[in-house]
Amino acid sequence: MGTINVSKKYTAVEKAYLPAILIGMKITMKRFIQGFLFRKSWTIMYPEKRRDYSDRFRGAHFISVDPKKTENCTACFLCETVCPAECIHIVAEERDEADNSYGVAKEKKPASFDIDLLRCCFCGFCEEACPKDAIKLSTNYEMATYSREDAIVDLDHLKRPMNGRHEKKDS
Amino acid sequence: MEYFDFLQLIAKILLVVGVCLGVVPVTVWFERRGAAWMQGRVGPNRVGPFGLLQPLADVLKFIHKEDFVPKNANKFYYYLAPLIALIAPLCALSVIPFGDKAIVGGREVVLQIAQMDSGVIFILAFAGLEVYPLILAGWASKNKYSVLGALRGSSQIVSYEISMGLSLLSMLIVYGSFNPHEMVSWQVEHFWGAVVNPFGALVFLISIFAETNRLPFDLPEGESEIVAGYHLEYGAMKFALFFMAEYIAMIMASALISTLFFGGYSLLPGMDFLVSFIASFFGFGSVGTTNVTAVFQFVSLASKVAFFMFLFVWIRWTLPRFRFDQLMDLGWKILFPLSLINLVVVTLGVYYFNR
Ligand code: SF4
Ligand code: SF4
Repeated sequence: MGTINVSKKYTAVEKAYLPAILIGMKITMKRFIQGFLFRKSWTIMYPEKRRDYSDRFRGAHFISVDPKKTENCTACFLCETVCPAECIHIVAEERDEADNSYGVAKEKKPASFDIDLLRCCFCGFCEEACPKDAIKLSTNYEMATYSREDAIVDLDHLKRPMNGRHEKKDS
Repeated sequence: MEYFDFLQLIAKILLVVGVCLGVVPVTVWFERRGAAWMQGRVGPNRVGPFGLLQPLADVLKFIHKEDFVPKNANKFYYYLAPLIALIAPLCALSVIPFGDKAIVGGREVVLQIAQMDSGVIFILAFAGLEVYPLILAGWASKNKYSVLGALRGSSQIVSYEISMGLSLLSMLIVYGSFNPHEMVSWQVEHFWGAVVNPFGALVFLISIFAETNRLPFDLPEGESEIVAGYHLEYGAMKFALFFMAEYIAMIMASALISTLFFGGYSLLPGMDFLVSFIASFFGFGSVGTTNVTAVFQFVSLASKVAFFMFLFVWIRWTLPRFRFDQLMDLGWKILFPLSLINLVVVTLGVYYFNR
């Protein structure tokens, strides 16, 4: 046993180093000319052009609503329990008999539903855990805010109208 | 000192300092844009046409930043370091001749700020000063990474100064003078220094890369290893001074190598024809011709400097950083003995030709 010597014997030309530098400089010059004269670049000019992500992309959360704009969530706390980052905070309450449009089917509702996007790791476990398909992750990746408080989204924000998994453009 | 002498001195200083400070933002812009082109990116292109106003925006940002001083820093040296960094290369520039002579109001104006016979020694002295801001900044800011950067920087610059000095010495033997003006006129009469002593030019080129802390020798500021090295604790305008100093040192080094090895202000091939054409076209006398020549000499020095600035950027995006032991090996085991041998060969050659 012992260490295996994998180092390679360099030839005199390789040791002189300068030929290799010249080859490297030739390559960068080629790239320079491509970039300078022919404007070749792989950059996506971001705010104007956006990259297409797949529908499976896990971005900002939303809560799906039924046709009557009632949230599908029944405040079962499964998502809060499964969340590894402990960033979902739900307060449950009973739904008023009067506006319980489904009779007894949805007698519980979240009084408040807060997600701290700064803690969230976008694992998508909440979406998997939800028995009501209520909480989902959209394809929206633009979640920058001016303050930490703004990054804690509430029920009103989560119930925003969506276009499938995509953010509605005009909202 | 006469009124006229004083005035022409001020004018020359303003010209050199103005051109240097004006070139810095353009170089910064080119460095970023050029890097982007070489890497298939776009680079800064939002501020102004082609992103040309980006350096201006950077300066605005620097001014608005907090002027932070570390608690345990040695305040005096902490503030002194960026100043030396900026002033040393500017001083060295004062000896570089940027033209032969111009004639203003019937009087000759030598296009060089400080006409001294020991010009090269002066340049070397101020180039040697460039190690001080590194050490001062690294040590005064009381940060381990800064001290590491300062240590690397000082050992690197000291090591490469030797081979730089030796290759310079071989050129001094060829020219037989310390005066940059005489060096250039020698090159006008004979050939460029790089033709006479190509190896010395190569060693000198490598050494100035090390002296100005540019890649592949940017160990003092190796971002990935020691965060930012000696200027780690510097923010806002103090960092901007270091940043500017780096580019002015690059300008100085380019001007130095063009003067020593690439004919300095001597006209680029084909330009003398252009000069005589312009002079005859406008019917200039000898005074006008001298002045037109001076302008073209300035242009040719500027284009040589521009080429070397481009080379700095080009090399930067071609080569990765050296490891510290590789750097020392290259400096002491390769460049030092080779430049010694080169010195001996050049000395013998000069002896042979002058016999
Ligand atoms: S995506 Fe993961 S971390 Fe984020 S809220 Fe859902 S379960 Fe928690
Ligand atoms: S798992 Fe679904 S239904 Fe349950 S509390 Fe979370 S979002 Fe509401």
